[in-house]
Amino acid sequence: MSILIGKETRLLVQGITGREGAFHTKQMIDYGTQVVAGVTPGKGGDWAFGSIPIFDTVSEAVHATGANTSVIFVPARFAADAILEAAEAGIDLVVCITEGIPVLDMVQVRAYLDTTHTRLIGPNCPGLITPGEAKVGIIPGHIMTRGNVGVVSRSGTLTYEVVYALTQRGIGQTTAVGIGGDPINGTSFLDVLQMFEEDPETEQVILIGEIGGTDEQKAAEYIASRMSKPVTAFIAGQTAPPGRRMGHAGAIISGGEGTAAEKIAALTRAGAKVARHPDEIADLVASHLR
Amino acid sequence: MNLHEYQSKRVFARYGIPVPSGEVATTPGEVRDIAVRLGGPVVVKSQVLVGGRGKAGGIKLARTPDEAEQRADEILGMKIKGLTVKKVLVDPAADIRKEIYLGAVLDRASRRIVLMASSEGGVDIEEVAAKTPEKIVKVAAHPFLGLRSHHARILADGIGLPKELINDFIKISQGLYQAFIHTDASLAEINPLVITGENKLLALDGKISVDDNALFRHPELAEMRDPDEEDPSEREAHRYGLSYIHLDGEIGCMVNGAGLAMATMDIVKFYGGEPANFLDIGGGAQSDKVAAALRIILSDSRVKAVLINIFGGITRCDEVARGVLEAIGTLDGRVPFVVRLVGTNEEEGRQILAEANLITATSLADAAQKAVAAAKGELR
Repeated sequence: MSILIGKETRLLVQGITGREGAFHTKQMIDYGTQVVAGVTPGKGGDWAFGSIPIFDTVSEAVHATGANTSVIFVPARFAADAILEAAEAGIDLVVCITEGIPVLDMVQVRAYLDTTHTRLIGPNCPGLITPGEAKVGIIPGHIMTRGNVGVVSRSGTLTYEVVYALTQRGIGQTTAVGIGGDPINGTSFLDVLQMFEEDPETEQVILIGEIGGTDEQKAAEYIASRMSKPVTAFIAGQTAPPGRRMGHAGAIISGGEGTAAEKIAALTRAGAKVARHPDEIADLVASHLR
Repeated sequence: MNLHEYQSKRVFARYGIPVPSGEVATTPGEVRDIAVRLGGPVVVKSQVLVGGRGKAGGIKLARTPDEAEQRADEILGMKIKGLTVKKVLVDPAADIRKEIYLGAVLDRASRRIVLMASSEGGVDIEEVAAKTPEKIVKVAAHPFLGLRSHHARILADGIGLPKELINDFIKISQGLYQAFIHTDASLAEINPLVITGENKLLALDGKISVDDNALFRHPELAEMRDPDEEDPSEREAHRYGLSYIHLDGEIGCMVNGAGLAMATMDIVKFYGGEPANFLDIGGGAQSDKVAAALRIILSDSRVKAVLINIFGGITRCDEVARGVLEAIGTLDGRVPFVVRLVGTNEEEGRQILAEANLITATSLADAAQKAVAAAKGELR
């Protein structure tokens, strides 16, 4: 078992003919992901990599191939519409890699998605990977190894860093999920923690948060009240000045809210072990191993 | 991106929000002319993108055109929190009976645009929120429905607004909501919204923050960007597609990825150093980008050591190493460099850098400790 993606994933790539889309589609295929279709408006009827049919619209692609998951690599100004198109076509899981979507577009998109069964991961995220089964997005496959640790993070390279350290110590992962660095996203820490709690293969979880918003605090409430599996956490941005966006659109302390200190305090109170710096994460995880 | 007061008020006026009939000037002479045209007492207001202009002496009342010219002469060129005043707004002085607050903000937790009103206007709303949260009334607008008149009535009622002003208040609230949506704002506030001696509502001061990600569809707002208000090194970084924030420490940081960049700053602090900046070079790491990043870091004379921390995922460490090597060749060797490359092709990367006279590190903790030592001159 794993969460969200696995061998049953039938992936559609929106923006398959773009530079990023094409590059990462190749990587996903090489990793063993079932890529069944691509969508690029105006290029319907063509083929990508010789064997993947390209369609003009998502609904055509779904009818023809039975795609159940979509990954989006289209430019920011078209990305909100790409998410909505995937949801209207009935896709179960939409993973949006695109960075820079206007936040008010995401307010609309999220309000619409709440009326459908579609789950969105991201935007502005590296996607997710279930080692040995499927990768949807841009997380490098070779740093992962199969095991029993679930990973959920708002960051990209910081997650790679942590996962790589685990892999080097022989500690494998069930699924790693990057929920993205934007202020409004589709899936929260809380959502992913619930999935890991219910996944029989996941024995413990790593949560990598950062400054801005209150998503980590909500996760802490869940950890305290419902979670039986150990959680190791890290919060980036302890030295970030208030009022400045630290790269990610959502990484900002505003009105005194969203500081690293308050998140660390909430997670510690909830019983999570909070690493003081990233190198400590693998040690804390190892201490939980049976 | 933040708009100046005069820019924000011009936007508000387009959405039916009553604002004073002021004008902008860059010289005391122009201020005098404007005061003559307006007739009566005026307020000369410095236009810089910081709070606390009044306390800093950047807002002055003038009874006559002569006095306005004199006040403008004092304000133009003065420094407020490090920013030089180059423009002033000259507004007719208002007869203020009561100051209230009205603001719109994107609330992340509820994913709604929230309108807030308070009977305590003219002061910092964050202070009101901290000291007397009961004096702030909030309503959230569903994105498909917008701000309806009952929302505005809830606000008016909550702050005890006189009944005869409620219809005007509803128009102003809905105007503010429309202005927020149409400018892709993350914050739009009127502070204070005043009740005048003639019992009318008037937006005396305004502020709009625009979502940078949405500027592509607002060329008219993008043009309002005031380059004088930005840190020059941050502006330079922006041109190279680098995300850079200038801080006060002595250890320059160059990292790929925002989360890892923050974590790198944190670990520098953990081991007793102070980060000089946040810098995310993004995906890939071509040598010209690396060179630009290092140049920007080194333009800060306080920097005593540079820590380069790269995780190679899709990006290969040997490529990054070549970029670093090439970039370092073009820079003066004023400060020591600590380099940590991990991930794809890390061995090849390290071999390339072995030839250069750099301090290398394997773990993040090791890199941070070496950078702190190097900044103190204990390691070269």
